[in-house]
Amino acid sequence: MSMKEKLLVSGVSKIFPGKKKNAADVTALKEINLSVRDGEFVVIVGPSGCGKSTLLNIIGGLETATSGSVIVEGRAVSAPGADRGMVFQGYSLFPWLSVRKNVEFGLKMQGVAGLEREKAALEFIRLVGLSGFENALPNELSGGMKQRVAIARTLAAKPEVLLMDEPFGALDAQTRVVMQELLAAVSRETKSTVLFITHDIDEAILLANRIYVMSRRPGTIREVLDVDLPCARSHNALVTEEFLALKRKIMDMLWRESQDAAMNR
Amino acid sequence: MSEKNRRPHRHLAYKTISILSFCVIIALWCLLTYGGMVTELFVPSPTKVLSTTVDMARDGSLWINCWMSVKRVMVGWFWSAVAALPIGMVMARSKAFSAVIQPIIEFARYLPVVALVPLTILYLGIDETQKYVIIWLGTFFQLVLMVCDTVGSVDKNMINAARTLGANRWQVYKEVIFPAALPGLMDDFRLTIGWAWTYLVVAEMVAASNGLGYIILKSQRFLATDVIFSGLITIGIIGLLTDFAVKILTRAIVPWHERLGE
Repeated sequence: MSMKEKLLVSGVSKIFPGKKKNAADVTALKEINLSVRDGEFVVIVGPSGCGKSTLLNIIGGLETATSGSVIVEGRAVSAPGADRGMVFQGYSLFPWLSVRKNVEFGLKMQGVAGLEREKAALEFIRLVGLSGFENALPNELSGGMKQRVAIARTLAAKPEVLLMDEPFGALDAQTRVVMQELLAAVSRETKSTVLFITHDIDEAILLANRIYVMSRRPGTIREVLDVDLPCARSHNALVTEEFLALKRKIMDMLWRESQDAAMNR
Repeated sequence: MSEKNRRPHRHLAYKTISILSFCVIIALWCLLTYGGMVTELFVPSPTKVLSTTVDMARDGSLWINCWMSVKRVMVGWFWSAVAALPIGMVMARSKAFSAVIQPIIEFARYLPVVALVPLTILYLGIDETQKYVIIWLGTFFQLVLMVCDTVGSVDKNMINAARTLGANRWQVYKEVIFPAALPGLMDDFRLTIGWAWTYLVVAEMVAASNGLGYIILKSQRFLATDVIFSGLITIGIIGLLTDFAVKILTRAIVPWHERLGE
């Protein structure tokens, strides 16, 4: 892994103006700094409502920051682009396109020729284990399979950074574990740089090279933890000493966070 | 699985009930007329209406009148769809454009089309164009708002996904918004074609010499209720056929939508 920074977020704040007259402004994010290095898998974990989705949308260019900057490969970005591919919890597949056409979408938008596009699509479909389903329509697939298509679709567009917004949040527990292992394998194989958000601590430790723990609103970075688990990233890791120690540490942090929130109320 | 097996059964039941409800109306009609409960002048009997219709079909006037009316409805409606589609689509996506257009359209759609007839004659004369414009006026303003609403309800996450896959503004319209909105748009089209037929009589009220609306209006003067009934039923049947055709067409061009719903 090189030390080069793919994504640099510096001093990003987001303030939502009060909706009603005289209502106070709401600070959703406060001075967020984070970086993702080339080939790194970074997970942001935080309680619901801490503004982590807002942060990811700002990085993706779907929302604008009140202040601060987002830099991808040395360039400041403010609008959405193919350099930051996003995977959403709700899949967001195009229901009128087959699995193959969905995966080809990004390349088509970028003007890649038909044959080359198809070749790339088939490769990514194979990578996520959906060979044989190329011509199926999204509505014929299960939730887990839909999310596989979404991952293949985003990877096929060759983003610099893959942004994932609780992608497995809508899946049942068993499917979620299978998808986590698949994602770990696929991101390793494609040497992808990933920024992933979740509120699931197990998921965070299982996938991450590095974890940013966020505080409750206003969202700030509370702690940065390096994850250095010795064994392969699979569900077996969930019960090792190292895993549990790290999990306890993060749980304590989030628990203290919620205690503070309750005290200040 | 059981869900799927039950479907054709339910479909059959639905059709049977639909046909039965028509039968009830026809039976009532028979009862009223053959039973002598109303005079022939007010409600002509089914046989009378049928024979009048056959006569009109024989001398060819029925076909000419049908064709003229279908043409007026289709041309008027077609141009309103052509205009409403891009305007409605941009309105749904651009606040600034919407601010300019929306108040005008909301104002215009409350204007009774009948009240616009004198102006259309003054500006356009009494040829076919005037009739197309009446039908256009009757459907355009409604259709713009329907298109805007349908396009506005396209899943925003789908648009966001497309943008993060590198789609530009135009590509988002062409590759995502349009196909995603298409099933809803087909419904909007189907409804407004129906409305176009209701404006036909208004269009053929003045200075027309043919058309189904025209023969209905003319028959009023001669108390030819059999012709009125024949004209009304013909319009109804054409309406049903159009509806059916658009539904078939919808199924053909957005098959993915059928599988998701129903």
